[in-house]
Amino acid sequence: MASITAGQPEPQATRPARRSELQAERVRAARLFLLPMLVALTLVAAWPLFRTIYFSFTDTSLSNIGAGKWVGFDNYLSVRTLSSGKVITRGVLVDPAWWNAVWNTFRFAIISVSIETVLGLLVALVLNAEFKGRGLVRAAILIPWAIPTIVSAKLWAWLFNDQFGMVNDMLMSLGLIDHKIAWTADVSTAMYAVLIVDIWKTTPFMALLCLAGLQMIPRDMYEAAKIDGVHPIKVFFRVTLPLVKPALMVAVIFRLLDALRIFDLIYVLTPNSSATKTMSVISRENLIDFDKFAYGSAQSTLLFLIIALAVILYIWLGRVDLGGQKQ
Amino acid sequence: MAEIQLKDVRKSYGSVDVIKGVDLEIRDGEFMVFVGPSGCGKSTLLRLIAGLEDITSGDLLFDGKRVNDLAPSKRGIAMVFQSYALYPHMKVYDNMAFGMKLAKAGPDEIRRRVEKAAKMLHIDHLLDRLPKQLSGGQRQRVAIGRAIVRDPKVFLFDEPLSNLDAALRVATRLEIAKLHHEMKNVTMIYVTHDQVEAMTLADRICVLRDGLVMQVGTPSELYERPNSLFVAGFIGSPKMNFVNGQIAQGFNAHTIGIRSEHMVVDNADPVWRGKVVHAENLGSDNFLFVDIGSEEPVLVRQEGKTAIPWGAEIGVRPLIENLHRFDETGNPIR
Ligand SMILES: Nc1ncnc2c1ncn2[C@@H]1O[C@H](COP(=O)(O)OP(=O)(O)OP(=O)(O)O)[C@@H](O)[C@H]1O
Ligand SMILES: [Mg+2]
Repeated sequence: MASITAGQPEPQATRPARRSELQAERVRAARLFLLPMLVALTLVAAWPLFRTIYFSFTDTSLSNIGAGKWVGFDNYLSVRTLSSGKVITRGVLVDPAWWNAVWNTFRFAIISVSIETVLGLLVALVLNAEFKGRGLVRAAILIPWAIPTIVSAKLWAWLFNDQFGMVNDMLMSLGLIDHKIAWTADVSTAMYAVLIVDIWKTTPFMALLCLAGLQMIPRDMYEAAKIDGVHPIKVFFRVTLPLVKPALMVAVIFRLLDALRIFDLIYVLTPNSSATKTMSVISRENLIDFDKFAYGSAQSTLLFLIIALAVILYIWLGRVDLGGQKQ
Repeated sequence: MAEIQLKDVRKSYGSVDVIKGVDLEIRDGEFMVFVGPSGCGKSTLLRLIAGLEDITSGDLLFDGKRVNDLAPSKRGIAMVFQSYALYPHMKVYDNMAFGMKLAKAGPDEIRRRVEKAAKMLHIDHLLDRLPKQLSGGQRQRVAIGRAIVRDPKVFLFDEPLSNLDAALRVATRLEIAKLHHEMKNVTMIYVTHDQVEAMTLADRICVLRDGLVMQVGTPSELYERPNSLFVAGFIGSPKMNFVNGQIAQGFNAHTIGIRSEHMVVDNADPVWRGKVVHAENLGSDNFLFVDIGSEEPVLVRQEGKTAIPWGAEIGVRPLIENLHRFDETGNPIR
């Protein structure tokens, strides 16, 4: 506004000024509305995150949180050469237990989210069709998701129980297995047990998100295809799938974020099994159980970085349209 | 080649009867227009013919064969939807080619037909665009093109122009009229509630009301010899004047109807006299609203351009040979 020349007619000069005043007013209002949210986020998210990152650079212990000293990157990686000439490396980055947890986390996240997406989409397609009692089925299918994770984990722990569990009983009587399996304790089956429960629990959520996407597709698009006699499978891959893809990608992000920080289900269903220990589980273990508070903080910080990286990568590779601009 | 017959066709959704027994014959190569007020069942009837809805009872025959249970794709029809129903993620070309079966037509044949249709509709320069990069009128033409490439025997349109602005509507209307001219063997069924579209496009018009056929006939038949008060009022713009009561009784009728162009201003030998309460000059025509003592002022199309001021007392005379008389039930007295 400073560069208005003297010869410019009056109305042209004032109009943009008035509009920008209006704009400023809007911005002010927006800030005001955002403030409570920002304060809340700072208190519950930013501050703990910042503290955790700080602790990861100290030797803080749980017994005296205030007394930690700055140790730099030692919790992540420290290389010492002993007088004997032997080199000792320590820290999270060379901890096999940590990398095992990273591997478990990603294995769990990728397998569970993939299966949940496919199943969820299938369920959504069924729920999107018209049939009697659809409302009831839609509500009923949400039940697994509505049950608190701890409850469903306990429930499944009983189903999976090696002596009294229904799963073994059923498989035995069907003749599919000849001896009882300790589903949650056995290293070779623990991950499957966790996956089964998670898929059982979260598929409804995925289905719901997919259903919302499916309902956005206008019905006459299908009618046009029907008149053209396009095969339903071709319609699914060429029409339905491309059109629900944006909704699907967002749903997958939600689930991926959830799956990468899975904790409760594993903590309850398969405690202390190295086959299922994830990043969240192992960092909690260090933070609380083993009194390696700083070490646990370093793991938490890495957990944060890894998840952030994974999601950024996903958004970038999938060109996910979070802002909805493409429509 | 397709002749379509509907025999006592009914459709109900649950306990709601929407189509209440329609008997109709649509001739081969004919342009048939369904008109009627909103909610009268035009779209439903069209969707029954398309096979998008199941017929509750009655028979639908294509060339004498019952097709009630035939899948839409097997009926040799193509449909243009009001909302265009283009696939938003596909280019115009793919939108037009999507419905064509590769087995029947090779890729060269598909390309040839798409390009031919596109040329016909002047959208051949748009084939590489997405639907969202097109204007409303262009989208509508793509939707029509998509129907053309299928080489249908029956062309169904459900209010194809209702999303277009007035100028574009006229242009596309001409386009469709031309299309009908070029595709002589194709039977066309066109749904609209715009009776100007109906009058200009139709070979025959079918007026529907509350799920029943009121009258079927050529535009001039409907215009000149409406067989009910409803059709008389529905067909024609501006609407026919209706006069009840004392004045109508003078003509031995419960209601008389007279179109504005069949009234003349005649101060020398008037039938009715009244004040001009309003006047509308449309440029080509001058319409006078004359209060002759009926419930509503009657509309008179004025010959010539002599300005008649509001409030002036004038005499008008209906042309008796064009006067329509109706009894209490709305049936014509002839
Ligand atoms: N799926 C349905 N379930 C119940 N009633 C329906 C259904 N579809 C249409 N109807 C009813 O059938 C009647 C006719 O609908 P239709 O769409 O054929 O009207 P229309 O003549 O095309 O009207 P418009 O000019 O507004 O498009 C309406 O009263 C409508 O409420
Ligand atoms: Mg309709």
